[in-house]
Amino acid sequence: MSEAVSAVQGASASGFVDVAEAGLVGMVTIRGDLGDSDFAHAVWSVTHCGLPKKRGIAAGESDQLLWMSPDELLLVCAHEEAEARVQALSAALSGQHHLVVNVSDARAVFRVSGSGSAVREAMAKVTPADLRPRILGVGEVRRTRMAQVPAAICFDGEDQATIVCFRSVGTYVFDLLVRSSKPGSEVGHF
Amino acid sequence: MSFRLDTGGRFIDRSKPRSFTFNGKAMRGFEGDTLASALLGQGQMLVGRSFKYHRPRGIVASGSEEPNALMNLGRDKTFEPNARATTTELFDGLEAESQNHWPSLEFDIGELNAKLSRFLPAGFYYKMFLWPRSFWKHVYEPIIRKSAGLGRAPRHRDADHYEHFNATVDVLVVGGGIAGLQAAKAAGEAGAEVLLIEQGAHWGGRAPVDGAVIDGVPAAEWVEATVAALGAMPNVAIRARTMGAGVYDHGYALAYERLTDHAPDPSLPRHRLWRIRAGRIVTATGAIERPLSFAGNDLPGVMLASAVRDYVTNYAVAPGKCVVVVTNNDDGYRTALTVQEAGLEVVVLDARSEANGPLAEQARAAGITVRVGRGIESVKGKGKVEKVWVCDQTRDGSNPDPIKADCVAMAGGWSPVVHLWSHCGGKLSWQEDGAFFRPDPERAPNGADGAAFVLAAGAANGELETAAVLTDAYVAGARAAAEAGATGTAGAAATADVELSEPMLPVWNMPERASYALRSKAWLDYQNDVKVTDVELAAREGFESVEHTKRYTTLGMATDQGKLSNINGLAVLAGALDQEIPKVGTTTFRPPYHPISMGAIAGEARGALFQPVRQTPMYDWHDANGAHWEPVGHWRRPYAYVKPGEDVHAAVKREVLATRNSLGLLDASTLGKLVVKGPDAGKFMDMMYTNMMSTLPVGKCRYGLMCSENGFLSDDGVVARMDDDTWLCHTTTGGADRIHAHMEEWLQTEWWDWKVYVANVTEQYAQVAVVGPNARKVLEKLGGMDVSKEALPFMQWAEGAIGQFSARVFRISFSGELSYEIAVPASQGRAFWDALLEAGSEFGVTPYGTEALHIMRAEKGFIMIGDETDGTVIPQDLGLNWAISKKKEDFLGKRAQERDHMTDPLRWKLVGLETLDGSVLPDGSYAVGEGVNDNGQRVVQGRVTSTYFSPTLERGIAMGLVELGPDRMGEVIAFNRVDGTFVQAKIVDPVVFDPEGEKQNV
Repeated sequence: MSEAVSAVQGASASGFVDVAEAGLVGMVTIRGDLGDSDFAHAVWSVTHCGLPKKRGIAAGESDQLLWMSPDELLLVCAHEEAEARVQALSAALSGQHHLVVNVSDARAVFRVSGSGSAVREAMAKVTPADLRPRILGVGEVRRTRMAQVPAAICFDGEDQATIVCFRSVGTYVFDLLVRSSKPGSEVGHF
Repeated sequence: MSFRLDTGGRFIDRSKPRSFTFNGKAMRGFEGDTLASALLGQGQMLVGRSFKYHRPRGIVASGSEEPNALMNLGRDKTFEPNARATTTELFDGLEAESQNHWPSLEFDIGELNAKLSRFLPAGFYYKMFLWPRSFWKHVYEPIIRKSAGLGRAPRHRDADHYEHFNATVDVLVVGGGIAGLQAAKAAGEAGAEVLLIEQGAHWGGRAPVDGAVIDGVPAAEWVEATVAALGAMPNVAIRARTMGAGVYDHGYALAYERLTDHAPDPSLPRHRLWRIRAGRIVTATGAIERPLSFAGNDLPGVMLASAVRDYVTNYAVAPGKCVVVVTNNDDGYRTALTVQEAGLEVVVLDARSEANGPLAEQARAAGITVRVGRGIESVKGKGKVEKVWVCDQTRDGSNPDPIKADCVAMAGGWSPVVHLWSHCGGKLSWQEDGAFFRPDPERAPNGADGAAFVLAAGAANGELETAAVLTDAYVAGARAAAEAGATGTAGAAATADVELSEPMLPVWNMPERASYALRSKAWLDYQNDVKVTDVELAAREGFESVEHTKRYTTLGMATDQGKLSNINGLAVLAGALDQEIPKVGTTTFRPPYHPISMGAIAGEARGALFQPVRQTPMYDWHDANGAHWEPVGHWRRPYAYVKPGEDVHAAVKREVLATRNSLGLLDASTLGKLVVKGPDAGKFMDMMYTNMMSTLPVGKCRYGLMCSENGFLSDDGVVARMDDDTWLCHTTTGGADRIHAHMEEWLQTEWWDWKVYVANVTEQYAQVAVVGPNARKVLEKLGGMDVSKEALPFMQWAEGAIGQFSARVFRISFSGELSYEIAVPASQGRAFWDALLEAGSEFGVTPYGTEALHIMRAEKGFIMIGDETDGTVIPQDLGLNWAISKKKEDFLGKRAQERDHMTDPLRWKLVGLETLDGSVLPDGSYAVGEGVNDNGQRVVQGRVTSTYFSPTLERGIAMGLVELGPDRMGEVIAFNRVDGTFVQAKIVDPVVFDPEGEKQNV
């Protein structure tokens, strides 16, 4: 293991919200039959997470499972654990039709935090998703786009959201969020 | 001449003077003024020249319908053309200049056009081009270029920035007049989430000016209370200076917020484009008054009657001292009363034979002269209104009598603003008694649920009396809320005092039987200089469709989209065709309602954010080491690394030679990497690729081709078998996302029952090609896994460690050299790159870019997707038959490749090309044949697909597709150059370097 760096090396900035890269996060794509109890059991045996509800998150002790699509989950864990999870999941799911791949380094992760509705406002400048709190509540994973690139967003609380995008566009997404939270450009809509 | 009144002005603050310049002249106004009211307040009636005839023009309107007062605003980086003075709020230091004048506004050469107007009739441009072809380029184009357009295009990069904002609401209410306020209130009270937007800076629309009384109090008081009430409702958001610009499918609407136009501040966004998804949209956009068509109706000083009272009431600006109100309805009397109260002289000419409604009686009681049955024969004056000739409206204008006047207020009736209703397909019905088109609720724009998603309200719905406006808006707001899912109940609707009025009289020509001479001076479209006689001419020449007449005459095609001219033009056309107006129909309303800035449309997408730039983990190193960037898809890849003192070509040459002679490094991270896994993956791979992939042994690599179902070569790359049911497909850089989608499409739509999963892991890995005779040595120096020929032969892969990096190592070569492509986790890509540079220094390690990659692959005769292929090329054209399995029953493209045209022996096929003089063939050059084809073009027999200078061979090398090429080895054919000369090239084998492959297989 050599020195591993994240997409924008932990860059951060402050406007009317704070934008910070979350650093390296372990992520594993798991595909399989979410309706199959053998699948659920195998996943549980490694992650100690139940299966998340549609667009939801299931949390275990250290891992989280995010619902991505009807046949896809995203395991979030410590970055250094990801490869071991891949091995363990592959073993646990052997015999079932599945796919498990490490995508930790294919992603950049950002945290946007601020008070009131500031986080939603900054993000609404670049995502068409309906960000009204009663529609996109805390803990729901929404796959959408940030301006011109795909992203997944999730509110960890009213004052913080997590954004996951591809690593190669980390700089673009960071710059987008910085631009969107420029002081004085508050919208006051939410 | 216009002037500022001593008292009054709802919107202005006299304690806050503001200075500005107009055509360089210093002027003063007040906070709250628009540029238009400030200009009028300073006596500036002349504000521009018309488009075609350069006629002097003044301010006609007080809102976004203004056709004449278009300005160039600001300078250099804040320059903006075509800004309407009527919608431009005044601020200190504003710089405005009038447009379309030369050399000056007061003395304009182009005015001569007016004298030549009989040579510039409707359809002038079309007719002119019938003249000699030779005139197009040298005579017409320069003239038209010089005279086209009104404003100048900006020459500098915009200093301001812009943004978008996405909002989802239950109900969007467009328009902050009393209808919009009432609709928003009703919807809000019913519990809907409401967004109410108003284009101007003020709420309440016309009602306070027009003297409405609502709930027993003056409209202004009701407006203030209602705005406060809405502001206190948590489910209602209200936003001024935000215009509803367009309505689109599925309840999508665009709104245009102007944040700093009234108070420039480059640190803030100037405009914000709202992208709104609404359950229901209520258009409460009001109505626009129509001009009357009489001779000289375009002289500065001729204005809409409603605008005259707006200027007097809102800005304390009198457009003149002696005002003639010419009307065909009762509403015009409001203007007469307003200007009289302001102490101005006023005469009313009412085209109707009688006028006994309450407003007319009120005017008479106030001592205003009212002359019924009268119209205007003509307005005369030198660049301004000086004399109004009054005539019998029902006759031809003979024997007119003069009135001395400096302002004419036209009250031609009202047209509902139906634009937003119509944008998404809402239809209109003709309302006889008001002579206007109104939204037809039976033919509304429908949403995904099959129900109307736009509801018109108030004046925009054809309701022109205050009480009816409020009731209509209340119903629309409550209905919109209920349909959007709100379950509450709206409070009561506001009530208004009854306003009685007599019927209006449609007047399309003034006087009714005006002579040709008069009609040819009666303007319909001020901005594009279209007159009554132009529309009549179009009708005579057979342009019976209103859409054709519009284009032929340019009626309504200017930047105001005919807000004033539409109905009058239609009526004239209907008259000329002897048809009823609704039979003629309307032209199409298109967004935006009023021009919006390009910056707002672009939003954040400018400068560094114009497009996402995809960066590999080694991007920063490349950037710091002279990378000459090449865009590949959204990626940026180094074309070459240019060292100080070197040009790009020298850098490329150095990179090729260093790699061939010792050691090169290529950042290959952008290559697509798709994992295909599952019990049916082998079957799937055999369908996707032309080769047999299911039999590829674990641990081995195979070059493969992918075709579309039409047989054309779509992508290529090396496939590695990872384990029993897993394959890793390398794609081209630009192909990764496309091929991923291609695979998913087949899996999801055709072979949905196949057990295959695909994952795109392109970005998980940084991939480095370590290339050259010393490639193995540098890896052995780093230590780790065995990379010897025996342990890792050519076209195999292995997993292990290189130095301290966990890696997948592929023995594949795109250069013909000993080559390892090594994938490490992206987070360690930069560290791995640095380690290779350090370890490779003793071998003169040389990072190389895409151009060196291209040259080395071309020397080996390897094809490149996008060079040798262009969507019309099949693998057989490229001599790749060896990669097309004959054993497989099927693969995508197989049947297509058996079509006659695909098996035609005369298809152009891949060969190498060697110029006799060693020069580099021009890119895209054609091999010429004998004679000409049916189109009179030179016959061609082939073309160049790749051409480079080979540093290895020190001469030009090329590949191309040539008719019967592989059968013509050694033949010399001619390729054309742009300068008309030809270069001779010999057909040779495409592989010009190490044809036996000895260098890569060591």
